[in-house]
Amino acid sequence: MYSRTYQRLTAFPPLLWITLFLLLPYALLFCFSFWQVRSQTIVHEWTLNNYRELFYNPLYFQVLLRSSRIAGSVTLLALLLGVPLAYFLSFRVRRSKNLLYQLVIIPLWVSYLVRAYAWKTILGGAGVFNTLLMYCGILHQPAAFLLYSPFAVILTLTHIYTPFVFLPVYASIEHIPRSLLEASQDLGASPLRTFWTIIFPLALPGVIAGATFAFVLSLGDFIAPLLIGGPNGIMISNIVVSLFGAAYDWPLGAAISLCMLLLVVLLISGTERLERHLRYGGS
Amino acid sequence: MRSRFGWLNIHAVFVFAFLYLPILVLIVYSFNGESVAGFPPHNWTLRWYNVLFADDALWSSVLNSLLVAGIAVAISILFGLPAALALDRSNFPGKAAFRRLVLLPLILPGIITGLSLLTLFAAIRTHLSLFTVAIGHGTALISVAVTELSAGLQKFDRAQEEASRDLGATEWYTFRRITLPNLKLPLIAAALLILTLSLDEIAVTFFLIGRENTLPLEIWSRLRRGITPEINAVSTLVFAFSLMTILLWYKLRRPALDE
Repeated sequence: MYSRTYQRLTAFPPLLWITLFLLLPYALLFCFSFWQVRSQTIVHEWTLNNYRELFYNPLYFQVLLRSSRIAGSVTLLALLLGVPLAYFLSFRVRRSKNLLYQLVIIPLWVSYLVRAYAWKTILGGAGVFNTLLMYCGILHQPAAFLLYSPFAVILTLTHIYTPFVFLPVYASIEHIPRSLLEASQDLGASPLRTFWTIIFPLALPGVIAGATFAFVLSLGDFIAPLLIGGPNGIMISNIVVSLFGAAYDWPLGAAISLCMLLLVVLLISGTERLERHLRYGGS
Repeated sequence: MRSRFGWLNIHAVFVFAFLYLPILVLIVYSFNGESVAGFPPHNWTLRWYNVLFADDALWSSVLNSLLVAGIAVAISILFGLPAALALDRSNFPGKAAFRRLVLLPLILPGIITGLSLLTLFAAIRTHLSLFTVAIGHGTALISVAVTELSAGLQKFDRAQEEASRDLGATEWYTFRRITLPNLKLPLIAAALLILTLSLDEIAVTFFLIGRENTLPLEIWSRLRRGITPEINAVSTLVFAFSLMTILLWYKLRRPALDE
């Protein structure tokens, strides 16, 4: 019912903008990753050196591994916090459901940077944690390992991504038809059996979506590591930042970013396929 | 019903405590009398708010942020609205790929969006400024505009448009008098959400910023220098501001969600 002109007029401007400012930059990043730096200038000579460097220098692989470990821990913790909460809100809470739902979302609107900074105040030498632990006599001097460590990064990122995990899980649990649960109960299934055969499989797509989100975004983070990570909390994006900054090796930085982009796209399409498979069965 | 004090309740209390601890600390310490962050805070003061209001660099960064957010809202709505309409109503080759591409910045770490745009601006020799930051925000947030407006279009009653066309109105007239008014609430809601996200954005901004700072980058550069209680005060204010925007956003979006 919409004319050709209408369709073209709506499709063309966003296509143009996206091509110019999203697709073209990705293509340029791709090109940069095959160029190199010689005497402080980027020369447009095609080479595989950057990728060779990534592959043979163990440093990059180690940092990537550490980043994945941190992102994996964040994902796991966010799941441990977010999934039971979603279940609780959906099944156990009646009157104040909406209020509690909003209360989970509100922390999202506190600036990312500021929350990282607040954790710095909490974990620091004279901070809330140390003072409390010393007051209780558990510690005699402030624990230095709290701040400027991978632990601090994991804590901060978990704080940031728990609501992101909660949201899709809650949505998928809320969408489970309650009649299914009644039917299961009427047919004599135990609560545990109802959980494993109905609730768990139907909530799984939401769990996967939330986990993917938490993993991908914390894997690419560079703010929390810079602010509270210390030397042992350096992640892969921090290396990219320094390559594009003081180290001035854009091509190598571009190669790392491109690998990250590829990793993210593969991960997303993989989990999307998995979600679809879970939702519609094998058919 | 099982007991009211099961482990799920305890778990929920713990999660809420975890989520709100930093926010509480932030607000409490913005009134802390000492400049070192000891615990518990001893004497209360409004000093940091006074310092804050006299801080010109901070205020000019707030203005910069508002400018960037304004342009970002304009770009993302201007291109997000037609994109949402096209995805809803047009057929063109590569539509599925286009949808994926538009939505990609939603899940992509900001560093990749920022860096790829940086290479573009370097290649065309554009000086980095607040304007390049705004282009970055606008482009990344088209994804948010598209998701919000697509949700609005899902609820859209197409019969009204058909009636308008059957009665002889042109497509342009129908768009102005039927489509746009029907999308008013989702449009405002999307704009508010994009405004808030842009005001807080840091990863993309980090790479595209010129000489003038946005508020998050101004905060960032001060944080790197050490703990300054003033930051607690400004963050508390920013939190209050975002909270108000989001309450407004929620109020506007709610009718669309309930239907």
